[in-house]
Amino acid sequence: MITRFFPGRYESLEEIAEFVRSIAQAAGLSPFETYKLETAVDEACSNIIEHAYCGISDGVIEFTILTTPEAITIILKDNGRKFSPDSVLPPDVNAPLKKRKDHGLGIFIIRKWMDDVQFDYIDGHNILTMTKYRDCTPDEPCSSF
Amino acid sequence: METIHTQYKHCDVIKVKGRIDSATAPNFGAALTSLTDQGRYHIVIDMSDVEFISSAGLRVLITTQKTCKRYNRGELVLAQVPANILAALELAGFNVLFKIFDDLLTAVGNF
Repeated sequence: MITRFFPGRYESLEEIAEFVRSIAQAAGLSPFETYKLETAVDEACSNIIEHAYCGISDGVIEFTILTTPEAITIILKDNGRKFSPDSVLPPDVNAPLKKRKDHGLGIFIIRKWMDDVQFDYIDGHNILTMTKYRDCTPDEPCSSF
Repeated sequence: METIHTQYKHCDVIKVKGRIDSATAPNFGAALTSLTDQGRYHIVIDMSDVEFISSAGLRVLITTQKTCKRYNRGELVLAQVPANILAALELAGFNVLFKIFDDLLTAVGNF
């Protein structure tokens, strides 16, 4: 298990991305699965910075990463404003241009590109738990984590 | 992120390098708005050196496309889109809202 803390501001996103890529590569994820993980984490952190911390830059994002032979799990914790994922309507990705909304894509991408996603609010903290399972086959067992 | 602007007779090309995330999307948007504010609505974005795009970057694309296509006065097209970025565009359903060209010359020739 790895735990790290990042300042809750947009300038942290590039460093967070480098951190996630290094974890994913060490865990043996493919380049595309690594990109999906990087995107999901970027969207989640951007939401924390924008909505939980409302752009005020003194908040902290706590990262906990768990790896097992089958999966990589990332837990993001903040103590900002309570986030209610149900309040975010999913975008209509088939709508014509004029009717496209410009919000809701971030949560949509997280849900699509991660295998398990759970939002909790416990003791004044938003806790987002995201898991990506590694595809395992008899020829390529999940032993490289 | 860095943007490089090249003006052609019939369109403008914006080459983007690096990450388009919530930190850099405002600059990306500003580069495009500087064109549309001048009445230049035929735009090619050369994505070949884009390493990453988040929903913040996708929002800039959709907002600019709406501006360009209003009154049928123009269009924003994409060129040389890396596979990971293309997957994000497809996930968001953007592949039907933007023409996507494999090479820059064809994209510029579209106008």
